[in-house]
Amino acid sequence: MTGANSGPRQVAAGQMRREASPVSTATIEVPSRFGNATHLSCRECGHTCALGSQHACAECFGPLEVAYSLPPISRKSIEAGPLNIWRYASLLPVPADVAATPNLEPGWTKLSRAAELARALGMRELWIKDERGNPTHSFKDRVVAVALAAARELGFTVLACPSTGNLANAVAAAAARAGIRSVVLIPADLEPQKIIGTAVFGGTLVLVRGNYDDVNRLASELADEREDWAFVNVNVRPYYAEGSKTIGFEIAEQLGWRLPEQIVVPVASGAQLVKIDKGFRELIATGLVPDSGYRVFGAQASGCAPVATAFRNGQDVVQPVRPATIAKSLAIGNPADGPYVLDVVRRTGGVVADVSDEELADAIRLLAGTEGIWAETAGGVTLAVLRKLLAAGQIDPDLPTVIINSGEGLKTPDAAAAAFPVPAAIPGTLAAFEELESSLRPALRKVGTA
Amino acid sequence: MTVSVRVPTILRTYTGGNAIVSAEPGTVREVIEGLNAQFPGIGGRLLDDAGQLRRFVNVYVDEEDVRLAQGLDTPVAAGAQVSVIPAVAGG
Repeated sequence: MTGANSGPRQVAAGQMRREASPVSTATIEVPSRFGNATHLSCRECGHTCALGSQHACAECFGPLEVAYSLPPISRKSIEAGPLNIWRYASLLPVPADVAATPNLEPGWTKLSRAAELARALGMRELWIKDERGNPTHSFKDRVVAVALAAARELGFTVLACPSTGNLANAVAAAAARAGIRSVVLIPADLEPQKIIGTAVFGGTLVLVRGNYDDVNRLASELADEREDWAFVNVNVRPYYAEGSKTIGFEIAEQLGWRLPEQIVVPVASGAQLVKIDKGFRELIATGLVPDSGYRVFGAQASGCAPVATAFRNGQDVVQPVRPATIAKSLAIGNPADGPYVLDVVRRTGGVVADVSDEELADAIRLLAGTEGIWAETAGGVTLAVLRKLLAAGQIDPDLPTVIINSGEGLKTPDAAAAAFPVPAAIPGTLAAFEELESSLRPALRKVGTA
Repeated sequence: MTVSVRVPTILRTYTGGNAIVSAEPGTVREVIEGLNAQFPGIGGRLLDDAGQLRRFVNVYVDEEDVRLAQGLDTPVAAGAQVSVIPAVAGG
């Protein structure tokens, strides 16, 4: 067992080398258990350290990020890989044989051409990256799979997390599949679907009185005290966060190895947006896609919009807020990656904007009514921000655009239920039906196009 | 009566490995100055060159994130618990 601040399992690698060639070992290259990753680098001060379980820079507390030495990578080699995130294993901090260890094989979700929605919005080319297709119905399965691989390599025995819900589901399921214990901390007022959707996988589920930021604080303190627990988004966060790059990789590959000109991404901690951008830049750097230029837009709910507020005010520092929104998966009042979201959005010429709970609920209805996709509240926020920025002339309706639907509407039914009260029951007679039909006639018009 | 300060792992090299240390009450800034007098160098890890809290350092006084209170001027009463935590967030 190795614990906090320990390095990768050098000893095991050395043993492999000795077994492979007992006579002369000095010149044999042993494949790294972290693939092409070489070290961790501080995003604030550039300080570097060995691949291990530290997550904050010892010099300045800044977040650590995985750095790579990437060999030439061909489209053909990726296309020959499995239909999940492991087709991009060479661009992740994972061993080459990662696909062979028990995991949920997330990713390769649909990129749907949203023709009806585009028509409703007056756009020419709109795509939805639909993350409902993951094993627990959100993008979190991607990041957890990479965190699980790192946790194994670093010798942790428990998979843990603080969560706003989707991560809770993903961690509990991944741990069940891997045959290890999970400990999941969530705010006590989460949607019942997300609580049950975690409990069903077994493991330890802890409901904490308070909001996500309170839960996150507890997890950060616990991570210092439980040396064999991998809190996926705390002490193995550098690896975990890399998993979100695969959303960007897939979008590019599914578009025929090109980048969209505009992309709208929901912002909670901000890591997803920052990592999609990192993924795009790595694809350009390795020559897998042309550098055609792209703009990144961030989406928040007005009840928790610290990054949008900082963007609007021209600030670099994100002032924390107390969340008050139905978009609970985005309700992080103190987003650690907020400053980097501002960097990416400003660098690419995008915008961070926010929308009200009414606007997001309306967008959920629009998406369902045009594309048959029931998005989680976060997906509603993303579409509503697209709508808002189109109206403001800040997103170009004629350029290829991708929006992310990061999760499943079934997990947040209350957001839609308010807009769709359950209709009254009728007797099972033709007369009763016809009477109902005549009373509903105005409402039978195509929904969502108003 | 003093205040107790919870120190994260990456700063425990300054505190001889101790997770909890004591300081005199005052403001958050005064508590940090007190810590730096006891454990030279620790203050520079928490504050930047301009004397402000580093961007990725979160400080709590009891339940309160000081950025939601009065920042470094937030009062720390005798008996309070201060916690220093690297800023991370998931979802």
